[in-house]
Amino acid sequence: MSDKNDKSLLEKMEESQVWKSIIRSGIPRTRRQRMHAILGSVFLHLHPARLPKHAVKVGYTWCMGGLSFFLFVNLTITGILLMFYYRPTVEYAFTDIIDLSEQVPLGIMRELHRWAAHSMVLIVWLHMVRVFMTGSYKPPREFNWGIGVILMVLTMLLSFTGYLLPWDQLAIWAVTVGSNMARATPFLGNEGPGAALLAIGDINLIHVGSDVRFALLGGRFVGEATLLRFYVLHCIAIPFVAMIFMAVHFWRIRKDGGISGPL
Amino acid sequence: MNITALKSLIDALSAPTISFTILTVIFPFIFPPSDWFEKIHRKSGLWRIWTKLGGVIGMILITAFFVIGYFDPYFNKTLTKADNFPIVLMIYSMWFYIWLGMFKAYRNDIRLDQGLKPNEYNDPDDKVLVWPDLVYIEFIALILFQVFLIVWSIIVAAPIEEPANPAATPNPSKAPWYFLGLQEMLVYYDPWIAGVLLPTFIIVGLMAIPYVDINKKGDGYYSFRERRVGMFIFMYGWVVLWLFLIIIGTFFRGPNWNFFGPFEYWDIHKVEALTNVNLSELLWVKWFNQGLPSNILIREGLGFVITGLYLFILPVVLAKTYLKDMYAAYGPTRFVTIMMLGLVMLALPIKMYLRWVFNLQYIIAIPEWFFNI
Ligand code: HEM
Ligand code: HEM
Repeated sequence: MSDKNDKSLLEKMEESQVWKSIIRSGIPRTRRQRMHAILGSVFLHLHPARLPKHAVKVGYTWCMGGLSFFLFVNLTITGILLMFYYRPTVEYAFTDIIDLSEQVPLGIMRELHRWAAHSMVLIVWLHMVRVFMTGSYKPPREFNWGIGVILMVLTMLLSFTGYLLPWDQLAIWAVTVGSNMARATPFLGNEGPGAALLAIGDINLIHVGSDVRFALLGGRFVGEATLLRFYVLHCIAIPFVAMIFMAVHFWRIRKDGGISGPL
Repeated sequence: MNITALKSLIDALSAPTISFTILTVIFPFIFPPSDWFEKIHRKSGLWRIWTKLGGVIGMILITAFFVIGYFDPYFNKTLTKADNFPIVLMIYSMWFYIWLGMFKAYRNDIRLDQGLKPNEYNDPDDKVLVWPDLVYIEFIALILFQVFLIVWSIIVAAPIEEPANPAATPNPSKAPWYFLGLQEMLVYYDPWIAGVLLPTFIIVGLMAIPYVDINKKGDGYYSFRERRVGMFIFMYGWVVLWLFLIIIGTFFRGPNWNFFGPFEYWDIHKVEALTNVNLSELLWVKWFNQGLPSNILIREGLGFVITGLYLFILPVVLAKTYLKDMYAAYGPTRFVTIMMLGLVMLALPIKMYLRWVFNLQYIIAIPEWFFNI
């Protein structure tokens, strides 16, 4: 029979040096400990320790900002797993995608990535609508709204560059349709207004082999170089830029006075 | 009425000419931007859209459309494409969240009328702790969404078609769904406008919103009446000029980008008469009965005058007359920015109607310089 003063396993664990070194405040029970739990964690301290009541209601933010971020993290994890199997070359890309569902155990990683990507575009749009409807873009949050718009553009670009990677008919033609528009960029596209003005004497500076579309595709049409370019943009360049903008976005939410609310 | 008649009715109604017109005409009565619209909004009972009953009816209508569509042999093909499922989600979630926001806004409007604080208001000293009050909500939202994603991934396989073949162009070739609004704009504008200029204006325009909106009210809570003009413009651009064009592009555009009603068979051989003419052709050939002048600037003179009047003279005239008060309140920089963004946004529906009513192809047509408007 155990003594009444005996401590429970949980309590013993809480007092051990290992536990204390990781979670300084113990299991948060008191008000003070709970605030400490937020402040002491690098992840949770994105949040303030205390919030106005309306802010924690699902009905106010619809959770959409948080879900956007969650989906981004999700896509990063599933994307990294996909990178283990996927080789961005015309020779292998398509067959690697087939193998992903046929050879890899629990082969739904591609589905998880693709459906999360579609959801993210949608959820980011909904987040914007929520911010508009609560008027949360008004001063002092003007700048953060602008950061948000950039994040939305980056999200759509991520999804667009990812769309090419399976290298099937759907992929290359969707990207062909999209990138054909670049041909018509004013001044910088070979079929854009004003491009003919950029010339030295008789030599046109902007032609099929030197316009923005060429720079985007790495060639005159969607091919090997495009696949590599989009892969690098998709897996490294754009996520990198997006992460920086997200850091600014989150920082500014706090610095602009925390979540908006009625005065 | 039997189901076939209903289907052909829906087919006929969804033609862009008709559906777009219906949406545009009733839009200000649903999001009334002025007292006059507000009066009719109240009298006609349209305000009921933003009550619980309205929300449920909206959900039922959308569901009915998809259910009928699911059992229709033709619509079923577009509807059940794995990549089109996000658009089904989009339609539901957009309806639900716009409804939710408006529902809350209307409740707050009533409170504000009575001199009360909005529902979101709480005593600033009465705060809650993030641990556990927020952390557990986030945790639940996260788990639910992850479960949803896993179920979706198990049920619906990611699409994969034939290996890429640069020689075989599918018909129609469609951009990813979130760009279909832009692809739909290509029907009315050349790529340099639909694909480059308009997206730039959308991005810049969105970023400009907080700087041009000087209305301080409605910050931090849902409300409608205090900011009805802003809400109206945003919702029109968002719902009609973006989401609705995506829906048209996904469900109603078949081979050769021809229009097909949702329950229609996608006939590759459907021919649509191309009888579009340019303004310059109308002017010189039809009205003056002579050939086109060889000087490009003279040939397209009328187009330049009209575009110039629209973009540069109209704002000045408005500032002196109809929008005098607005000009005084907003100052020149804000006023010009709003006018430019607004006029470019408005140019999309205007061009659509010019096409539908007069078969007008270009207002300014200078293919020699790739400069067609
Ligand atoms: C750091 C983050 C990411 C990494 C490392 C990554 C990696 C990858 C890889 C390797 C593929 C090719 C495999 C495949 O096509 O199935 C892929 C596809 C794709 N990615 Fe990402 N991705 C990331 C983030 C995102 C984000 C944020 C989005 C969208 C918002 C996105 C959208 C897509 C799409 C639409 C595909 C095509 C999916 C498919 O057809 O299976 N990705 N990604
Ligand atoms: C990848 C994209 C994005 C992520 C991860 C993100 C994340 C977040 C989060 C977590 C919040 C906290 C409040 C909430 O959940 O609603 C927030 C607030 C905010 N977001 Fe975003 N966001 C993104 C895109 C956007 C976009 C597209 C816009 C606008 C165009 C925007 C504008 C704002 C503003 C103004 C706030 C402050 C709202 C307030 O104080 O009520 N964000 N964002």
